[in-house]
Amino acid sequence: MNRLRRTMLFIPGNNPGMLQNAGILDADSVILDLEDAVSVTEKDSARILVRNAIKNVDFYGTEILVRINALSTEFGLIDIEEIAKVKPDALLIPKATEEDIETIDAMLSDIELKEGFQNGAVKLFPLIETTYGLENMYGILKKSNRIVGALLGAEDLTADLGIKRTKEGEEISYARSKSASICRACRIDAIDTPFVDINDMDGLIKDTLKAKSIGMTGKAAINPRQVDIIHKAFAPLDEEIEYAKRVLKSAEEAKEQGLGVFSLDGKMIDAPIIARAYNIMEKAKHKGVSV
Amino acid sequence: MKIYKTAKAGTLESNDIFIIIEPIEGEKIEIDLESIVLAQFGKQIEKVLKDTAIFLGVEGIRIIAKDRGALDYAIKARLETAIKRAV
Amino acid sequence: MKLINKINRELPEYIDGYGRVKPYDGIRTNLEYKIRKQVSVRCEPSKNKLLESIKEVVEKCGIKNGMTLSFHHHLRNGDYVVNMVMDEIAKNGIKDIKVAISSIFPVHAPLVQHMENGVVTGIYTNYMSGAVAKAVSKGKLHYPAVMHTHGGRARAIECGDLNIDVAFIASPCCDTYGNINGVDGKSACGSLGYAIPDAMYADITVAITDNIVEYPAGSIEISQEYVDYIVHVDAIGDPKGIVSGTTRITNDPVGLKIAKMTAKIIEASGLLKDGFSFQTGAGGTSLAVAAYVKEIMKSKNIKGSFAAGGITGYLVEMFEEGLFKSLFDVQCFDLRAIESYKNNRLHQGMSASMYGNPHNKGCVVNHLDVMILGATEIDIDFNVNVTTGSDGTIMGGSGGHSDTAAGAKLAIVVTQLTRSRLPIIVDKVMTATTPGESVDVLITERGIAVNPRRQDLLEKFRDLNLRVMTIQQLKEIAEGMTGIPEKTEQEEKIVAVVEYRDGTVIDIVRKVR
Repeated sequence: MNRLRRTMLFIPGNNPGMLQNAGILDADSVILDLEDAVSVTEKDSARILVRNAIKNVDFYGTEILVRINALSTEFGLIDIEEIAKVKPDALLIPKATEEDIETIDAMLSDIELKEGFQNGAVKLFPLIETTYGLENMYGILKKSNRIVGALLGAEDLTADLGIKRTKEGEEISYARSKSASICRACRIDAIDTPFVDINDMDGLIKDTLKAKSIGMTGKAAINPRQVDIIHKAFAPLDEEIEYAKRVLKSAEEAKEQGLGVFSLDGKMIDAPIIARAYNIMEKAKHKGVSV
Repeated sequence: MKIYKTAKAGTLESNDIFIIIEPIEGEKIEIDLESIVLAQFGKQIEKVLKDTAIFLGVEGIRIIAKDRGALDYAIKARLETAIKRAV
Repeated sequence: MKLINKINRELPEYIDGYGRVKPYDGIRTNLEYKIRKQVSVRCEPSKNKLLESIKEVVEKCGIKNGMTLSFHHHLRNGDYVVNMVMDEIAKNGIKDIKVAISSIFPVHAPLVQHMENGVVTGIYTNYMSGAVAKAVSKGKLHYPAVMHTHGGRARAIECGDLNIDVAFIASPCCDTYGNINGVDGKSACGSLGYAIPDAMYADITVAITDNIVEYPAGSIEISQEYVDYIVHVDAIGDPKGIVSGTTRITNDPVGLKIAKMTAKIIEASGLLKDGFSFQTGAGGTSLAVAAYVKEIMKSKNIKGSFAAGGITGYLVEMFEEGLFKSLFDVQCFDLRAIESYKNNRLHQGMSASMYGNPHNKGCVVNHLDVMILGATEIDIDFNVNVTTGSDGTIMGGSGGHSDTAAGAKLAIVVTQLTRSRLPIIVDKVMTATTPGESVDVLITERGIAVNPRRQDLLEKFRDLNLRVMTIQQLKEIAEGMTGIPEKTEQEEKIVAVVEYRDGTVIDIVRKVR
């Protein structure tokens, strides 16, 4: 849970213009998409283009993920072979199952060894978008140490359930809460499903606040215009920032006095609370930047 | 390495390059380039195309390229895709 | 013999078809007392100004070889008047005409044939696009074209550097005695700011209208005292080409990012407070800047003094919401702007001279806090090119660029860092339109550069987390992406002279290969 991952922006993988600009769109992470954004006849084209882009384009510190094709397709394995070679920050695995994660983890270790990368350099992000994936999420997440977050994919999930996907999102309340809970238990990021109406900014704010309120730590975006709005929604409130400042100040004072633990407002302050305060100050910095 | 059929890759979208490759007699690499930045980058683009073909070990091909301002990494990617589709 | 002007451009001492070159010498020089030209006025005691046809106009005005005829560009790409008049001129066998059109659009393509036939041998303009621009770049005009700024053209007309024999004023509404406005009629275009110096200083002024009304006209932009003759035609222009329906904010994420950064810079400059004045272009990114500035003004309850320039519906909206006390309008870009200009007393017109002429008692640009500008190219000295593409073909011109850059407290160039693989930042611009001395900040999606002359701004922007760097560093980022472009060769022949707003020569354009 180290990196800030408030937004993860999907970028179509076969589009050089968008790949080149991906790094300046202010998203915390970008997902270069080889799957749904690319037609079947262009999978090879996108793969090579994304591979070259990762190697040559400056993403200015944005986290780079690649959504490969599912292992169940003819493209998935080749995607991993080509893309892992250029060391993206992570791979996003569609319709992830335990076996998929195990297979990919092993493949990545081999490639990392061959290429001289640090073992575990390439992280994993399972995409939870099937009922199987949702119900077996804990087991899936435990299959690899590379997993640093999970993305909930409500479009495919509701299709799997045979139910209607709505803007209000009542139908995915269970899925959201479960994902948030399991991700927290595994100490990884819980990323919410994208909001698909790119013209409804009010709807996006509501949806993001809802996700935040049940424990999601970030949200996928499918259009650059959504990025700032999602950041604003995830920004800590002024009271939270004030409190965090006081926690950190007290921590400094306690340290100077040689005290291990201390209390603030009658509450005992220990390591997790201090870590959370740092996290909030980190987000607060970004709050000043968003318009 | 020779190729045995025609293949294409890329698009005519902004920042992209559309490439068609055809097998030709002999071992040369012929390049037929149209570009919106021909005056400023024509030589550079031809060099990238040629070097990439050599790097991939192909010979006896004509590369027909219509460039819409693609950067080098995209030019290399599109040519590599076309070549892999032609073998 | 060669001269070097203040921005290190090499110029000949004398140019055939232009005359002696006064080299550009800085933005605050050449400001001693000036004399306005004497105008010979034909007295009109009767009420008869109406002529039957353009042919009769040509005869009555005694238009002959060698004369200078002027036109304004308020009908933009929907203009019919230039072509109508020049066709009649050509039909009458007249040759060697200089046309002074404040801006030239694709619709003026028939001028190319007149150039080839020797009917048109000279052009004075502030902006050129389409076939005419290409033809001039290829050397098809007999004399070098003279490219002014909006303010500089007014200056030249007022002092007699640009002597107009007959000014043709396309008039959306004209009464029987020559009172003209631009707000009534089927070809309404709003403000007629660019036409005013022409009307006042030409030897003869002719109103061409498709909407004659009974004397007196309801509102008067150009008064009867300046108008010699009137002629009625079926249509002076195509409304669809005159104005766009509405001008839109860009949807392009890169443009939006640039606009966002620009709004932050404006805020950090300290200029965004009560009394704020602002001008921006009509392009998508410029409008997005206006949108972000509007948000900040509203949230901080800031009351601006004025917005100026070519006015769009977006600026009108800000004005109507109370964010600006007044608007100064030199041209209307859309229907909403025309409506507002017509109906709102505080949406005021300004002539091209009031707008940007450096040689009057003070022009509007002197009061501008912030100006948002574009660029085809910018060099490491911050000189900006908006006249030619990087291959040297003319595709624009200063318009108000140099005037507003010189006047504004904060002149900001906003542009993508690269355009179709061409870096915007170069060592030396192909053609210098606006001198670096008047350009303060360059904002691109990948970084911001501040003119070293503005250490005060660098201080203010230091803690903003906005990738501020030197322009050389930004140039290297661009070239890292695109590679280094090869220079285009040009031929010797001079096809255009680029005048700065004070009549000095800032650069020349040579024929493209």
